Amino acid sequence: MTTIAHLIKTFTLWEFVKAHWLTLQYFFKPKATINYPFEKNPLSPRFRGEHALRRYPNGEERCIACKLCEAVCPALAITIESEPREDGSRRTTRYDIDMTKCIYCGFCQEACPVDAIVEGPNLEFATETREELFYDKAKLLDNGAKWERAIAANLAADAPYR
Amino acid sequence: MTSFFQTLGMSYEAAWFTATIAGILLIALPLMLAVALIIYAERKLWAAFALRRGPNVVGPFGVLQSFADGLKVFLQETIIPSASNRGLFLIAPIITFTVALMAWAVIPFADGVVLSNINVGLLYILAISSLGVYGVVIAGWASNSKYPFYSAMRAAAQMISYEVSIGFILICIVLWAGTFNVGGIVEGQRGHIFGFINAYAFNPLLFPIAIMFLISSMAETARAPFDLTEAESELVAGYQTEYSSMAFALFWLGEYANVLLMCALNAILFWGGYLPPVDWAPLYAVPGIIWFFVKILLMFFVFAWVKATVPRYRYDQLMRLGWKIFLPISLFWVFLVSGYLMFTGHFA
Repeated sequence: MTTIAHLIKTFTLWEFVKAHWLTLQYFFKPKATINYPFEKNPLSPRFRGEHALRRYPNGEERCIACKLCEAVCPALAITIESEPREDGSRRTTRYDIDMTKCIYCGFCQEACPVDAIVEGPNLEFATETREELFYDKAKLLDNGAKWERAIAANLAADAPYR
Repeated sequence: MTSFFQTLGMSYEAAWFTATIAGILLIALPLMLAVALIIYAERKLWAAFALRRGPNVVGPFGVLQSFADGLKVFLQETIIPSASNRGLFLIAPIITFTVALMAWAVIPFADGVVLSNINVGLLYILAISSLGVYGVVIAGWASNSKYPFYSAMRAAAQMISYEVSIGFILICIVLWAGTFNVGGIVEGQRGHIFGFINAYAFNPLLFPIAIMFLISSMAETARAPFDLTEAESELVAGYQTEYSSMAFALFWLGEYANVLLMCALNAILFWGGYLPPVDWAPLYAVPGIIWFFVKILLMFFVFAWVKATVPRYRYDQLMRLGWKIFLPISLFWVFLVSGYLMFTGHFA
């Protein structure tokens, strides 16, 4: 009896008919994906995207060249050189992040005592050449200027949980 | 069309020649356009089945996506592997492409609108579609690389296996229609069921082979679930692995022109070709070519639907289906159909 049922099932392509009925139902369902470049998903305030070096509201760089981020960086992506400035405070003369090495773990952000280096919400920084991903201090400070508002809001939103 | 050119003052020979060239261009160029659009349509369909959006950025609703892809491919460098057989390597995509276009010569687009109305049209189609495998086999061989070679072996075995059952299925249709002429087969379906439904597929004796022909044509064009020749998880890209640029584009065009051809054949042999679905006078107000295109597109929807639903067959399952199931059943059906026709005095 089961063999007969099996034969009938095989020759009527029953499993295929069922499968196609299922996919046809999915065909008319609303789309699950968003229209990406025009629509975007919300990001958590903790999202770790492109790096930025921040400044204080008076324009002074936050970074004090303590090199904790360089030390903690597991991918060895950060290179810092520092010198005392003419007013005697210690500042970086070089702050490079090799974005091709970076694993976006966020340890630099965690290690920073002055919230200078942060990972902002920007995730669309693909480049056409590899060289463009070797970020220097100017680029990072520029990112900081560009994203300061979003970064400050994210840090403020996350502050109660730290 | 020949007489039209004759009215322009040409001799019969010159008029025939010009008319044939014009006819070829009239079929081949829109076909290329149709292939580009059908690739877009297929991507949209798969996307819809997978709850995705598909291409929607290039042009309105992404319609120009295929043209953008084509432009990208044409601008690429043509790479010919140094170990390959240069001549064969370059001729293989041309064979695939040309053969895919050639079969369209006998497809009737409307009543009497056919490039060459030869009496053995169906045999011609069978012969041409058998030639299609040469493009794939030569490509696999000339690449001198292992995955293309495996793919070529598979393609040869697979296409030949399914051509056997397709042959028997065509014999059933030829027996019923009493002609090898493709237009004649379409005309034979006029009012076939109860005197008003124009399709062989609704004939209970022919419906199973309509399904079998649909499945065989998927295997013949090496489409999912029978896309073992380019099974990307096993063979990189199969016989296309070593190809780039124009040659690769020719394979794509040829492949989709073949898919369209098989959709057209399904429509012609079983679903009434250019006839409206029901033999009812007002429906004939719509030109036959529109009915034909609608049927091709519906068949193409089925092709895309199957591709979106069924996972790829294992190679032994494919061979088992071809030789142990389709071949005996189609052979039996030839016996059944011819017996029925004999019994009912069809041949008298």
